[in-house]
Amino acid sequence: MQLVENISMSSENPFVQREGCVRPFLARPWSEVAFLLLARFIIISALFVLVLLVGNVAWDGFSRLTWSFFTSFPSRKAENAGILAAWTGSVWLLLLTVLFALPIGVGAAVYLEEYARKNRFTRLVELCIANLAGVPSVIYGLLGLQVFVRALSFERSVLSGALTLSLLVLPIIIMASREALKTVPKGYREGALALGATKWQTTYTQVLPAALPGIATGCILAFSRAIGETAPLVTLGALTYVARVPDSLFAPFTALPIQAFNWLSRPQTEFHVNAAAAITILLSFMIVLNLAAIGLRAKFQKRQR
Amino acid sequence: MLCRSKRSKVIERFVEGILTGCSSISILTTLGIIAVLTVESVFFFREVSLSQFLFDSQWTPLFLDKHFGIWPLIAGTILTSAIALALSVPAGLIIAIYVSEFAHERTRKFLKPILELLAGIPTIVYGYFALLVITPLLQKIFPEMGSFNALSAGIAMGIMILPMMASLSEDAIYTVPRSLREGAYALGASKLQMILGAVLPGAIGGITAAVILSAARAIGETMIVAIAAGQQPLLHFDPLQPVETMTAYIVQVSMGDTPHGTLEYHTLFAVAMMLFLLTMVLNVISLLIRERFQRMYR
Repeated sequence: MQLVENISMSSENPFVQREGCVRPFLARPWSEVAFLLLARFIIISALFVLVLLVGNVAWDGFSRLTWSFFTSFPSRKAENAGILAAWTGSVWLLLLTVLFALPIGVGAAVYLEEYARKNRFTRLVELCIANLAGVPSVIYGLLGLQVFVRALSFERSVLSGALTLSLLVLPIIIMASREALKTVPKGYREGALALGATKWQTTYTQVLPAALPGIATGCILAFSRAIGETAPLVTLGALTYVARVPDSLFAPFTALPIQAFNWLSRPQTEFHVNAAAAITILLSFMIVLNLAAIGLRAKFQKRQR
Repeated sequence: MLCRSKRSKVIERFVEGILTGCSSISILTTLGIIAVLTVESVFFFREVSLSQFLFDSQWTPLFLDKHFGIWPLIAGTILTSAIALALSVPAGLIIAIYVSEFAHERTRKFLKPILELLAGIPTIVYGYFALLVITPLLQKIFPEMGSFNALSAGIAMGIMILPMMASLSEDAIYTVPRSLREGAYALGASKLQMILGAVLPGAIGGITAAVILSAARAIGETMIVAIAAGQQPLLHFDPLQPVETMTAYIVQVSMGDTPHGTLEYHTLFAVAMMLFLLTMVLNVISLLIRERFQRMYR
């Protein structure tokens, strides 16, 4: 939304350079030229680093990306090791995290935007969410370790992992969904209420569908962050040798980033190649998710205008 | 008031109850974190005095000769975070100024998703990058540098934080009203003078909040430092030497099979408590600054 306002602001701003009337670069004062050169240098370096970051990993790991890499379990020999347990674990984690975090996150956002009165409870919830968003992810791992692994004795299972990740992404999902709900015009709600719909009918049939693309964008970004998270799962104690595909909620698991970290923390370079290959898979999955989110948002914004 | 069926009233009540329940999970999580950290830290401080924790200069809980001074871990955290901020704050600010004051619409539309992509890359990738790309490159400049060091971890962390810093500062610059800019131009300022004299001072609250938030992010960052900075809790500020941060220590202990209930296990929570308090204080300060700043231009 803000981007849209940005555009309309700058197009009426007489001081912003517009196409067609661009001042020659060197006609600017030298200090401005220096600043522009510096800024462009930094931006180009950032792009270069992004390309290097992704390209280097893909280049290093490319030779290991064979079919057997996907269908083998980890092994003591680098060339036999594969990511079967890791990618299936990641898929389990992702699905369960979506299952737990999506309804609760959107529910909390709907409550805060549509139902909440200005009282102490609301204020407390908002404060907690703002604070939770800044808590380092290792600490969520310790919370999961004490609560899910020990107190509820789910052990080091997929369920514990997914519950921990759900708590981690919940604040992000709530904030993104609230932003999306805020963009729904008031008229939608007033129209439905005027026709005699109850509050929940209004929310369910009018507000939520209108906010859905925005919510989806935010949630995709949040979940793509969840599958890349390593620290909380390591703290949970998931960094163990696992040579099986998880077959139940209580099965032990590993995940792509953990497997990559495991290989990366060994001294032998052959394992670093495996790590690069695992990271390449993780990255390509994330980039696909991110592009989906960006595409969804672009489509949504076009429709709004 | 419309006459509604009893059934729909029951549904309304029921739904509102469920939604309230969803929101209260965030309160429960916060309470859970505080409770878990406090309870386990109490076990730790029963055996180790607070003065030893705060004033001993060695951290060796996993050795025979045990010392429990938190400072080496804090020093490591500060060193890597300072390197990261030294890189990301100026660069992020310059990108923000460029994007909001100079760039074409096309450039902005192109840059935003790229910055978002950069922000979405898992930290383990940055760890890989620090260990296998930045360190070998830096070793050509500083041959005496070890394969684990604070500098490359800090640089990788700086790149990771850059998008956040840039987009938060851009938001801050965006809220500066146009009248301030026009006023500066009317006084005969050039564009750069206008930015330095009107826009940056006007946005200083938001920019400070962005810096503090970036600092909190750097302090809490785990995988990059666990992979690239090493695991030697030494009290020094030499960026070419290995350091151990608070987060890296937590990962180190979690990777080993530390039995539940031992003193080593409890150190995890004492360190995490320190980390939690530090990031929470920073987050709250940044939140307060942002709230005040938002009121300023209303």
